[in-house]
Parts: sequence; C-alpha cells; structure tokens
Amino acid sequence: MKLLIRNAKPYGEEAVDLLVSDGVVVEIGSGLTAQDAEVLDAGGHVLLPGLVDLHVHLREPGGEESETIETGSHAAALGGFTAVFAMPNTDPVADTAVVVEYVRRRGEEVGLVDVHPVGAVTTGLQGEKLAELGTMAASAAQVRMFSDDGRCVNDPMVMRRALEYASALDVVVAQHAEDRRLTGGAQAHEGAVAARLGLAGWPATAEETVIARDCALAREAAAGPNGHLRAGASMLHVCHVSSLHSIAVLRQAKAQGVRVSAEVTPHHLLLTDGRLTGYDPVNKVNPPLRTGADTQAMREALAEGVIDVVATDHAPHASQYKDTEWAAARPGMLGLQTALSVVIHTMVEPGLLDWHGVARVMSERPAEIGRLADQGRPIAVGEPATFCLVDPDAQWTVRGAALASRAANTPYEGMRLPGAVVATVLRGRITARDGKVVA
Amino acid sequence: MKHLLSVADLDAAAATGLLDTASRLKDTLLGREVRKLPTLRGRTVVTLFYEDSTRTRVSFEIAGKWMSADTINVSAKGSSVSKGESLRDTSLTISAMGADCVVMRHPASGAAHRVAGWQDKDAATTGTHTSVVNAGDGTHEHPTQALLDAATLRDSLGSIAGRRIGIVGDVLHSRVARSNVLLLSLLGAEVVLIAPPTLLPTGVGEWPCRVSHSLDAELPALDAVMMLRVQAERMHGGFFPSAREYAIAYGLNENRLGLLPEGAPVLHPGPMVRGMEIAPAVADSSNAKVLAQVRNGVHVRMAVLYHLLAGAPE
Repeated sequence: MKLLIRNAKPYGEEAVDLLVSDGVVVEIGSGLTAQDAEVLDAGGHVLLPGLVDLHVHLREPGGEESETIETGSHAAALGGFTAVFAMPNTDPVADTAVVVEYVRRRGEEVGLVDVHPVGAVTTGLQGEKLAELGTMAASAAQVRMFSDDGRCVNDPMVMRRALEYASALDVVVAQHAEDRRLTGGAQAHEGAVAARLGLAGWPATAEETVIARDCALAREAAAGPNGHLRAGASMLHVCHVSSLHSIAVLRQAKAQGVRVSAEVTPHHLLLTDGRLTGYDPVNKVNPPLRTGADTQAMREALAEGVIDVVATDHAPHASQYKDTEWAAARPGMLGLQTALSVVIHTMVEPGLLDWHGVARVMSERPAEIGRLADQGRPIAVGEPATFCLVDPDAQWTVRGAALASRAANTPYEGMRLPGAVVATVLRGRITARDGKVVA
Repeated sequence: MKHLLSVADLDAAAATGLLDTASRLKDTLLGREVRKLPTLRGRTVVTLFYEDSTRTRVSFEIAGKWMSADTINVSAKGSSVSKGESLRDTSLTISAMGADCVVMRHPASGAAHRVAGWQDKDAATTGTHTSVVNAGDGTHEHPTQALLDAATLRDSLGSIAGRRIGIVGDVLHSRVARSNVLLLSLLGAEVVLIAPPTLLPTGVGEWPCRVSHSLDAELPALDAVMMLRVQAERMHGGFFPSAREYAIAYGLNENRLGLLPEGAPVLHPGPMVRGMEIAPAVADSSNAKVLAQVRNGVHVRMAVLYHLLAGAPE
C-alpha cells in the first residue's frame, strides 16, 4: 500500500513530495511519482508529525452518554492526533489489566488513532493502595503512564512509593496536582472574580505545593535503585499546570535535574476566569480558568520549555451534567478538535513558537514522555508516515454540535479560530481529510 | 427591570426608585385597616426555595399577598426536586404553569442567573415572560436584603450618601455582605468591612470598600454598623480559634455600643446569634433596627414585585 503526499511543507519549510510505502516514508523529493499510490495533494500546507495528546477522557467504559472510544477517536483524528492517552477515571476504573486491555483493544478496533490507556496509580483512584502497575505495564495494553487524574495522589507516602516503584518499570507517573485540603468545595480560581461571584476559591497554592513536594519526591526516587530509568525519561509528569506560581517551581526543579515534565491545556493558554460571569458551567474545569497573568505565564513557559507539552484534558460531559447550576456541574471541556487552533492562536501567531516548536510540544515531546517509539518522529526517510497536515491560514467558527464528540461542551462556541487540520495520516493511512473521518 | 439577580444589575437611579416605591407603599399602607392593594391582582408569584428560610419566604409571600398577587410556595424538600429533577426542568415547569415571577433561593451561587437564562431562552419561543428574583444564592448575593437594609438606613440616617457604614463578621460566606457592599457604595456610602483575614475573600481588595481588622478602631467613626451572623459550621471550620475569641474581638457588646456615635443604628440580617456577634443588651437596645429591617423587608419586596410585574418606570 502506497501513499504519495504531494506539495507538503514539513514544519512550514520548503515544499516537497513524500512517498510512503507500508506506513513508512521511503522517499522525499520533488516531482515524485508512483503508479500504484493513493495521492494526497497537500496544497502547500504545513506538514507536522501526527499530534500526540497525553491527556484525554474518552469516558468508556461507563460514561458512554458523554463519549465513547469511537467518538473520541473521531474527534482525535479530526483534530490532527495520531495517539491519545486515555485517563483511567472510567467506571470501572482502569486500575487492572482487564480494563486497560479493553480500552486498548477498542482503540485498535476503531483504528483511527493509537489509544493508549493510562493506568490508575491507586486502586479505585482512592489514593491509598498502589494499583498493579507492573501487571498493567506488562499487559497487552503496554501501559506506560499512570495517573489518578481527576484526583490528586494526596498522601505523600503513597506518591513516594508510586514514584519509586514506577522508576523500575520505565513508566511515568502523571500527577493531578491539587492539595484537596486546600480546595475543599472549590468552584473557581481564588481571586477577584470568585470573590465577586461568591464561588469558593481554588487557590493556586494547592497546585504549587503539590508540584514542589512531588519534585522533591521524584528527585529522591531517582537517586534510588532506578536502573531501568532511561536517560532523559520523565518519571514525574505534572498534568494541566495552571498557575504562574507553579512555573517557578518547575523551572527550579528542572534546573536541579529532576526528571519532571509538565503539560498545559489549550484552555489554560487562552481562557481566563473573566468568563465565569454569568455562571455558564461550560467554563467550569479543574484546575479552574485563572487570570490573564497566568495564561501569559503559561505561554511563555511553553515557549521556554519549562512546560514541555500541550495536552488537551479533553473532558466530554453530556448536557445533563452541564445544564445545571454551577456547583452541580461537572468540571471539564472538549479539547481535541480545537487544540491545534488554540495553539496556533496563542503561540504561533504571537511568534512564541514556530512549526518546529509546535511539533515539539504537541508531538515529539509528548511521545517521549509517553514512551511511544513510533510517534513524534522526524519527517524523514525511514520514519513512520504519521502526520498532521494543517492549513494555517484557514479560519473556522467553533460549533459544539458540529464536533465529533458525543457531548458538545466546548468553551469556544461561536469563537473564530485560525488553522484547520486538512488531513491526518497514521502509519500511511489517511484517518481524516477535509474535516471528515476516513473510516 | 426584567429580573432582579444582583445589585450589580441596578444603577443608582433604579435602586433609589425601588427604595422610593417601597417608602410610598409603606406610607400608603400605614394605618389602613385592610392592608391590601389591588396592584398585582391576577399575577402569580411562586417562591422556589431550596434552602430553609422563614423570614425571606414569608416576607415575599406577604409582599405578594398585600399586592393581591396569588403566591404559591414551593420548597425543594416537598417537590419533585427530591426525585432528582434538574433545576432547569423544575424552573421551566413552574413557569409553564403560568408563574409571572419566580422568587428563588438556592445554595449554589449563580443559581438565579442560570434560571433567568433558561427562562429567557424559553420566553424567546413561548413569548411568555417569567421574572426571576434572587432571594439568596449561595454565597453570592441577596439583593432584597440589601435593599431593605438601605431602606432602614435611610429611615434612621435620613440619607445614605456620604455616610460611613461598617459591615462586621463573616464576609467570606455572606451573600448579604456582597449585596450590601455593592448597594451602599452605589448609593454613595463609604463601606468598611471589619473581619479577621480568614473571613474575607481573596480578591476583596477590588471591592468598592475598605477593609479593617479592628472593630474598636472603626466604631467611633461609623454612622451605622451591620453585624453579620456567624454560622455554627464556621466555628468548627478553623476560620477562627473559638467562639469566645471571636466574640471578644468582633462581637458588638455594650462597651462597644458606647464607642458608636449616639443613636447610631445597628443592623443585623438575622437570625442573630446572641452572645456571639451581638450581645443581648445590644440586640435589645434602641440602636438595634432588626425589627425595622423586617418591616421594611415587606415593603421593599412589594416594590420589587411591583417594578417587575407592573412595569413601573425605572
């Protein structure tokens, strides 16, 4: 099976043709021809390695009214993603080999994107007893990331054991950094907007202190008998960093050589708590939308590399979970189909990232953190033909109802965003093209 | 005025207009044997309360009845809410039955805003408008409480503009404080919040008021003082060391009453915790305007219903 991609600009550079055979790039040049190849006319658009998302909620099993692995895979492919990491806060929780293997298998059956299940750190996400990390890692699901996301591993001793134990498995522990003793009943970023709206505050210190603690724990765990931890591999990954104060902690830890990586969501790059006026829970998310100073700090930290990657925290919720009073609404927002556009808007347009930078934060570095050998690879001969083709000059208006997810809870409703995914290619197979999934 | 959700929705003219209407209604009813005006005959007012409340619910009910509206009380415990119906469905069901006005109290901040949004969306298709009055939403606002407090202060002080008014106690969890800061500053008063730092919200610095941690230092220069209730759960929540220490530092006792200017009004939204934020002798003193507040509450709510339902000029 051959694919000829004509007139594509890798990383926005000079236009080339790429010939793909059996999922691998076999030739790059100009004026390439192939008799028996499917042709994808790239129209001079930007070719990036397929996007990798370390943080999605696909809701299956148990939450199929909001999303399924199939609908989430559609959203991923349309958003330019070729690999996603599905968080374990499902029902049942993905804390055993049985559940993670189910998720992996459903992803393979749908076949649009590599679905990598994230295993729970603790049984039932209860934060008390380590789940069988080794069994999940060795299972057919090949779990490489563990997280209790949605909940923080609050107990420092449990987190210490998790980091130590994980270091021998060459897997990463992803922490939802939120000291719950500081966020009891929290509904919004603790600040002027929450004070005015009468919403209990989620203080930035609850994030900052857990990150500081975990970095110290990771430093000590790495000093132990961690023979299997590869050079450069992250052992602690911080989910959805939201506060500017967390940046200083991460910068210092990285300077000390702590094996920590961090992600920021598109919404924490763009949206602020000013949107909470009116109490529409489409803006409710955990951690909460913070201030303009925070979004600015996130952008700069991402450009600088203190924050490694963009991850969507794609969190579909059926309308019954959002069409409520603020306090009753579930936190989370859709992200897969808007992520690249938001990154173009917040990072590329202001000149904070070039296309190599986008490839780094949305593909290469996420693949490294998630231990994926065949994702986030260079666009070169001999490498997998796994791509995202983007038209950076296109503009589109977000409509939740038109997104592929089962739920429609996008905070970008009606917003005009730059950049459209023209095609997504997974190992030589086109999975999405011109806004439609190629089944 | 379409709804009354927040004091922030009012400008000074609208707020003064409501207070003036309340004052006129009070004068009209004064000394009447039959306290019934025909103004809202044929209108239906539903009170939808998701939290226990006696004074606010009864006050709205009396206000509606004195204006000849049909008032119906729905409490969350006795309705289909306990069967798990959403706030949206419950509120739209009530408006579909023909309610002209829903007066609602809810433990979630912003609940009245949400209901008003759903009503407006529904009105766009059905053409039948239902007004929403926020009678207390979580720790957000309680606009009619602020209006009745302002009415009471006007009665006592003659005017509000230029007066310095202290609000003392649990500002963090108080919807009364939020509405009062907005309304009193809108009407030209200088507001001073007096509380320990643990009972003030982060972000209070952006409010149109000053903050102090010393009641004794502030009292001599205040024209009026408003004491907030300290709820029992705060005493156990670690917001301050003990009820005793709170009462010593922030309770209004007889000695402190002496620091206030002669005859300065003392307000309390009730229910009072005697011996905690207010000493019994102070609560029973001639300074205390607690029952005057309750009386004004009925007239203020009559004015609000009148402006919403009879389309009084803004």
